[in-house]
Amino acid sequence: MSAEGARGAGPDDGFAVVTEGLTRRFGKRVAVDHLSLRVRKGELYGFLGPNGAGKSTTLRMLCGILEPSEGTGSVLGIDIRREPERIKALIGYMSQRFSLYDDLTVVENLTFYARVYMVPRALRAERIAQMIQLADLGGRERQQAGALSGGYRQRLALTCALVHAPRLIFLDEPTAGVDPVSRRTFWAVIRHLADEGTTIVVTTHYMDEAELCDTLGFIYQGQLIAQGSPAIIKTETFRKPVVEVDAADLRRAAALLQDWDAVEEVLRVSTRLRVVLAQDHTAAADVAAYLRRQGVEVRWAHDVEPSVEDLFVSFVDKERKARVREQLRALGPA
Amino acid sequence: MASRLLGIIAKEFIHLRRDWLALVLALAVPVAMLFIFGWAINTDVKHVPTAVFDQSGSVEARQFLEAMENSQYFAMRYWTRSHAELTRLIDRGSAKVGVVIPPDFARRLARQAAEVQVIVDASDPQVATSAINAASSLGAQRSLEIITKTLEGTTLGRRTGVPFDVRVRAWYNPDLVSAIFIVPGLIGALLMQTTITAMAVSVVREREKGTLEALIVSPIRRWELLLGKIIPNLLVAYGQMTMALIVAHFVFDVPIRGSLPLLYGLALVFMMGTLGIGIFVSAAARTVPQAMQMAFLTFLPSIYLSGLLFPIEGMPTGAQYLASIIPLTYFLRIVRGIILKGVGFGDLWPSLLPLLVFGVVIFSLAVIKFRKQLD
Repeated sequence: MSAEGARGAGPDDGFAVVTEGLTRRFGKRVAVDHLSLRVRKGELYGFLGPNGAGKSTTLRMLCGILEPSEGTGSVLGIDIRREPERIKALIGYMSQRFSLYDDLTVVENLTFYARVYMVPRALRAERIAQMIQLADLGGRERQQAGALSGGYRQRLALTCALVHAPRLIFLDEPTAGVDPVSRRTFWAVIRHLADEGTTIVVTTHYMDEAELCDTLGFIYQGQLIAQGSPAIIKTETFRKPVVEVDAADLRRAAALLQDWDAVEEVLRVSTRLRVVLAQDHTAAADVAAYLRRQGVEVRWAHDVEPSVEDLFVSFVDKERKARVREQLRALGPA
Repeated sequence: MASRLLGIIAKEFIHLRRDWLALVLALAVPVAMLFIFGWAINTDVKHVPTAVFDQSGSVEARQFLEAMENSQYFAMRYWTRSHAELTRLIDRGSAKVGVVIPPDFARRLARQAAEVQVIVDASDPQVATSAINAASSLGAQRSLEIITKTLEGTTLGRRTGVPFDVRVRAWYNPDLVSAIFIVPGLIGALLMQTTITAMAVSVVREREKGTLEALIVSPIRRWELLLGKIIPNLLVAYGQMTMALIVAHFVFDVPIRGSLPLLYGLALVFMMGTLGIGIFVSAAARTVPQAMQMAFLTFLPSIYLSGLLFPIEGMPTGAQYLASIIPLTYFLRIVRGIILKGVGFGDLWPSLLPLLVFGVVIFSLAVIKFRKQLD
């Protein structure tokens, strides 16, 4: 490993995760391409990107189960190449598959993971009780995991990853396939954990979840294309006005806007159009005026806040925008 | 370390307890198989329906037929008047055996050796074999009786030949299958089946469920995971073996002449190899049913070629060569040697050596494969 990587990997420099030029190839395919990442201690870091962007590969390298092809990285001050086994004991990991034993009860699952993570015997009962409280599983201790509903299973899986009180947890699409209410409860739990000082790295493609993160990292085709807090990304990185328009002939309006050079992207969202404009350009009134000049009957046009999805798509080159939106949509409600 | 290993073992036992049906089956199967092989498939066939064509009508002929019936092997059902009638009964399957006594039976018996023709329906080899064995031994027995009788009379030493010469027309390679023969084989087959299938399924199930992923990310060591899965598996296999031995000994009167600790110890050498096969199967199979089918495929040749059901000596050369590379072949020799012959370690090493080589090689390769699989 290079000296530069070692410098950035000190345990007390305020970063839980540091990578420099981290790269992973599978044959000729580059899954992660010179990724330089910094996750501060105690923050909730959202790792965003469509499927196949390289999120899971990055997490697997950070967890010490996949060796990087190139570059360096450290997790909690430990080099991911040299001491991956030490990292494993200190972190928690939860995947979208939940990794529960269906025929084991809630307590048996927690006990199993407590033993695997070497929670001292004397502390075990207390930790397990805390976890049951955290996941709101009181009264269900003797229920088999397979009999729990999605939301409970998800929170049990989370607490199984937390039972050894790790300082850093990696959550790989933890809310995939879970109902919206459970997703909200889940995020309340991890927000609470982050506020108490646990560093959390979570991958997601739900844009509403991304808004809850302290820092977002956008990854696309193995590269980090933007990083920052949701607010900073919106005000500084994005800086493109977004307008929503309702018109009588939506299809014609969309076609006209598409050809206008002030417009970067036009999207149809249910019964209205969502228009992303070129930077520092124009606003709702201009869009309405433009359409009216072309003979389109405009019912209304408003300036709106850009969504995280808008942000994400804006980093992608123009030809790919529609496809990436489609991918994001296919993954779940934005 | 102990915490992690014990954690895995404890978890495996919870799986077993929860899936109690599988556990009951695991212990009931050896018993059921013993009953099936030891009782239902009793190859010493008795009371075979027999047709008789007695051309002599003599007292001696009647005595001979009585002796046949008394042997329990033959039931004289049909008394025919012609060769054709007898043949028809056998062709129809009404009779499995035909006995033809020549017209000059008494005269020839008095003078020299008498000839009795026994026709056996060899389309059912098991019946045929038993009938042939029974008829042959009966012939010999009766001869002796008659010799004794003659000796009591005056004409001492007049006949040197055997008076009854029972000629059997159908011939089949005779083998001796019975509870005593099958029990040791059954133990080997059970251990093999359990260790391969259970090992493969327990790994594949974790991969399917995604829990293997969680274990890979955890600080657990590969050998801990492997040992944590092997130990409960071995205990179940030993439980089955014990169950089979108890039933064999107390229900089927199978003698246990050798050292049980030696048997249990050498079983471990055998299972090293079969656990290794189980690990290979777990690496190849994607789903639990696939793992079960593959496991079945691996022990199918062992069942047929190891001498479990059919003696190796009766197989064609090619099959004998195959049998010599199947570990169960050697383990069966060891089990039979210990249980039936009571031989000790000193006489077993020619069978133990190939088993040991196979076990060490396959198990080591499997551990390497297992490690790679988790990367």
